[in-house]
Order: sequence, then structure tokens, then C-alpha cells
Amino acid sequence: MAREMLKGNIAMAEAAVRVGLEAYFGYPITPQTEVLEHLSARMPELGRTFVQAESEVAAINMVYGAACTGARVMSSSSSPGVSLMMEGISYISGTELPAVLANVMRGGPGLGNIAPSQSDYNQAVHGGGHGDYNLIVLAPSTVQETIDMTVEAFDLAEKYRMIAMILTDGSIGQMMEPAELPEMRPVVRKDWDWATNGAIGRERRILSSIYINPPLEEETNLRLMKTWQKVQANEIRYKEYYLDDAEFVVIGFGTAGRVALSAVRAARAQGIKVGLFRPIILNPFPYAAIDDLAAHASAFLVVEMNSGQMLEDIRLAARGRLPIEFYARLGGIVPFPDEVLSEIRRVATTKLSTAQHPRDAWLERFLAQSER
Amino acid sequence: MTTLAIPENLVYSRPESLTPVHNHYCPGCTHGIAHHLIAEVLDEMNLRERTIGVAPVGCSVFAYNYFNFDFVEAAHGRAPAMATGIKRLLPDRNVFTYQGDGDLASIGMAEIMHAAVRGENITVIFINNAIYGMTGGQMAPTTLPGQKTTSSPNGRDVETTGYPIRMAEILSNMDGAGYIVRRSLHDPKNIRLAKKAIRIAFETQMHGLGFSMVELLSTCPTNWGVTPVEALTWLSDHMIPAYPLGDFKVSEHIAAIKL
Amino acid sequence: MPARGWIEVSELYCKGCELCINACPQNVLKLDMEHLTPKGFHPAQIFQDGCTGCAICSIVCPDAAITVYREVIKKPVMADGGV
Repeated sequence: MAREMLKGNIAMAEAAVRVGLEAYFGYPITPQTEVLEHLSARMPELGRTFVQAESEVAAINMVYGAACTGARVMSSSSSPGVSLMMEGISYISGTELPAVLANVMRGGPGLGNIAPSQSDYNQAVHGGGHGDYNLIVLAPSTVQETIDMTVEAFDLAEKYRMIAMILTDGSIGQMMEPAELPEMRPVVRKDWDWATNGAIGRERRILSSIYINPPLEEETNLRLMKTWQKVQANEIRYKEYYLDDAEFVVIGFGTAGRVALSAVRAARAQGIKVGLFRPIILNPFPYAAIDDLAAHASAFLVVEMNSGQMLEDIRLAARGRLPIEFYARLGGIVPFPDEVLSEIRRVATTKLSTAQHPRDAWLERFLAQSER
Repeated sequence: MTTLAIPENLVYSRPESLTPVHNHYCPGCTHGIAHHLIAEVLDEMNLRERTIGVAPVGCSVFAYNYFNFDFVEAAHGRAPAMATGIKRLLPDRNVFTYQGDGDLASIGMAEIMHAAVRGENITVIFINNAIYGMTGGQMAPTTLPGQKTTSSPNGRDVETTGYPIRMAEILSNMDGAGYIVRRSLHDPKNIRLAKKAIRIAFETQMHGLGFSMVELLSTCPTNWGVTPVEALTWLSDHMIPAYPLGDFKVSEHIAAIKL
Repeated sequence: MPARGWIEVSELYCKGCELCINACPQNVLKLDMEHLTPKGFHPAQIFQDGCTGCAICSIVCPDAAITVYREVIKKPVMADGGV
């Protein structure tokens, strides 16, 4: 298929359609409403299911029901709406069903704003819903990556019988870039041996997340853990740039990672031996790869559009072996490459300490700078 | 007394659509009556294999253990949304929810209203016993004024908690609703009428004639603090005046269905 | 004369709730106080003649515990095949 100018949200929606999305249930919320609108036309056109639900609570429960039939189903929302979906996410996870969700993150907490942020990392990666469960979390940074990860998300969800979440942000959702969509594939409703689609000529099935007897619940919890171990063993994904001879490593995901790449390139042009590590899949987290880098680098610089959420996972992997610096913009603000470049230069030329928590150090510097 | 039981002597036996399982409902709880009526209707319509039930949160959270067909378990109040997801993808199956008064009229209010608004071709069996059973007898939106519950120990005060909610009347106003009726399970005559209503509700779905709901006035002897037999009298004396029995919406196409 | 009927109450399901006893138009049912089901309930049972197999007990039984039989009265067939 040819490359064309595509808006992130529309590309994500259309990619899902191309790989056999049978049902979409959603609710309008900025900055992802284009997903809903695009599918409100496309799905009926193709004879597939589209429902604008009465709320995100209803939408996720429609996804839950639809997932029980074994079809490919999806919903999308943005931060406050995803909060509403947490109960449903826990139920779907407890029932071990495949489904794809997208969170086009915006500023928060609360109503926040409609500008891009990365402040739902913890909600997605460390479980926003109740109970012990995991989501596979994919973090694109371009429209093309959004398309590719949407395609992957459906396969991963079915492979492991769990939710795959595309964690993107308002910037990627709204921007237009040249990208290529996959060819249209026919819809295939797989005949899973767990789907509740009517006990015709077979034993009846139950799909539920209730295990009132604690030993049975424990069995389920252990099963979920074992599945997660398989995901951890097989689905680590990240991209590395200029790391071969790098002394300093910048780490960022999504839009922050993309901005950081521009800064890293500029820094290289100025002779600084810096590289970029960009996780593509955030959960499972690439602890081993970070651990490896921590053994060889002089310092990390973590760049995020939140108050330092992935930062803590980096610190965990680094185990205090090197200084970790932090730079953030909050409130829906996207950092500029030259902000990150200044940080890289500071890290490359300053004697760094590990005495203070990187977040506190950043906040001090940031507030001092704002006062000037 | 015992006579050889030959097949033509058989008047009634336990329906196929019920699993051979002792249920956990309190002795005399009319959930069990609703369950066997649904099972009998599905047997008579030969729909067992094509039916998918959606269980609520409430005393009937384990309903999936008692019916011999595919069942899924919804979050509290969300059964109509789950049923929507299932029915949209499996339009030729018979999809029904089975919900209590907390599940449907409290936490699930948005989901039930909008399923009716959208005219989802699902069937809802609504068990109204004016109380929250599973959690030990708290006030429900359907609790009667002055009725004592564990969260209205001095009797329901309408000044601060409002009046009972009549769901059949409300949903009958939705253009997407095809068949909305209220029946009762307190005596044989009304139970027979309830069974017929359940039959028509499933026929409504099978004919694609819109959203159908059968509200069933039911007893909760344990949380009302009376015996099962006394509970039947409490229902007819107090609940029927508050929740009139009858047909609130029957579209002409449904009225024309020959059973 | 009315048909004769009889019932079987399953011990697996009966909870001794007495709804059938209350509903029986012939008053032929009562709890068997000498006996407990495996779950510890006194099951319902027929204790006197008069059951007509009307099946009202099975209609009101919340546990579908009752199987109902009614004697089929065969009409006499005439020699020419009429009744």
C-alpha cells in the first residue's frame, strides 16, 4: 500500500479495521474522538458493529461482552475516560479475554486539558484497576508506529488472552504524517474453545472472573502470573540509537522519546557521545536491557511528559549504579528538542551527584529557571 | 399410593435448561421460581443451545451455575452493556440478562436505560424484591417508603432518599422498547402469567421486535424478616399497590405473535 | 371423578420452604419432620390421599424439586372404533 498523509487517530482506527476489527464501542473524548467518528462511518459500511455507548463505563463493558464471543474488539479513550474503564479492564483481565484498548493521553489529573501528556504510564503499566493483572502496553511515537502497533496489539491480545493497550498521546493522535496502512484482510471470527457463543452441539461454557473459593482464585492468579512470565520472556521491544559508543544514555518513550531523538542527534553533531534508548513496549518493561546499559554508561537522562513515572522503573533497573538525571514537562506541554539538548549538555559537562532524587533535583532546577 | 409411572402420566418434571445442581438461594426465595420459568420457556422454544445468559452481581451472581447453557458474568449493573456487546456480534442468538433491583435500578441505571433507548434486541429479566439481598438487606431504589432495611433502620425516609422507582413504567417510554411488562411470583395464577410474559419476551427477541423486559415482583424472606409463605402475603399486600402489575408496552407486532 | 395424581419430591433440591404446602389446593402436602435431606432440610411430602396431579406445587416450587404425575384416564373404546 502507498504512503499517504494520515492523522494518528484515524490511522489507528483504520489499521484496526484492516486487520479484522469486528466491533468498536466508544465514547467521545478529546483528543481521540476521531477514532470514534472514523469508525462510526467505516464499521457500518463494512457491515461490522459500531456503538457509541452512553459512557466509557458502558463502552468497556460492551467490549467485555463482545470479547466473550471471540471476535476482535476494541475501544479507545483518553485519560479521564480510561479511568472510568478501570473496572471493566480488571474484569476482562480476570476473565482472560483478548481485547485492544487505546489511551490517547492528555493533561491531568482530573479533567486536566486536551493537550498531550504521558501521565497515565503508572495507570497502564502498574495496574490502574483492582487486583493482580497486567496489560501489554505498546508506546508508539509516530503515526507509522501507531499503525504497526495496532496491528500487533490484536495478535498479542489473542496470543496471550489479555488486553493489549496502545498508549499514545494527543500529539501523535492529532498529527498528520506520511504512513502506510496494511492491506485489508478479511474478518476471521476464530472458533476459540473458550468463547460463549451458544452451546450448539457442545458442552456449555462459562466466562467469569468470579472465583468465590479462594484456592480457585489463587489458581487463577497463578495462571495469570505464568502467562505474564511468558509475555515477559517473549515480548520485550525497544529501539536503540547511537548506543555503541555512548557515554550517556537518554531514555524516553512515545513523544518524549521522539523529541529526545532530535536532541540526541543534535548533541552528536556537537560531539557529545550520547545515545537514546526508547522502549516500544512498556509492559513488560525492558529491565534487562536497562540493567545492561547501567553497567556501562556514565549517566542516564530520563525524559518524560509526567512527573517521573517510568523514571522509577529505570531507577529500579539501574540499582543505583550510576547517576540518573530527569527532565520533564507537565500539564500537556511537549518539550522542545533544544530543551532536551540543554539537558544533555548539562549532563555531559557537570559533575553529577546521586544524593538527591532526580525528580526533586529537576523540580528545583526547573522552578529556579522559571523564576529567572 | 405409588403407581407405575409411565411417560404419559408425566405432568411436570424439572426442565432440561436447569443444571442438576442444588441452588444456594434461601428456602422459598422466588429467584428459584423465575429460574425454572425461564428454563421451561427455553425448553419449550427449543432455544437452550442458542441462548447466552448474562449474570449480574447480587444473589443471582451464581446464576450461571444453575442454567445449562452458555453464561457470562457481568460487573455490577453492566449486564445490559455486556449483552449489547454479545448480541451485536451474535444477532441470531438469544441473549438475556437477569438482574436484581440494585444491579438494574441503582448502579446499572445508565446501562439499562440506554439499552432500551437503543432498542437492543435483548431480553431483561428484572427481579424486584425491594431490597438488596446478597449484601445483607440494605435499602434499594425499589424499597418502599417506611420500609426498614439495614441502611434505613428507621424506615425509608422519602424526604432524604426519595421514592421507589418504577422501572417498567420508565422504560416503556423508550421508543426502542418493544415489550415491557410487570408480573408477580406470589401465587400460582401470577406465576403462570409470568411464564407467559417470559415466553413473549423471548419471542420478541427472536422476532427482532426490540428491547424486552419482564419485571418480576419477588420475595426476600430472609431480609424482610418473614417466613417464605408470609413473604408472599407481604408482596401482595405492599408491593403490588406500589408496583402495579400489567403491560406497559406491547408493540402491535408483538401482540400479533401467535404462540 | 377427578384424576388421581402423585408427586416425587427430590431430596437433592427440596429446602422445606413450604410454598408447595401453602399452595396445594387439595392440602395433601406437609413437611416430613421425621426425615432430613442431605442438606439438612425437612422435605415436603404427600401425607394423605387426594392429589389430583394439578402440578400447582411444581409451579410454586423455587427449586424445581417436584415431579408430578397424573393418571391417564383411558376412555373406553367402542366396538365400532368410536368413543
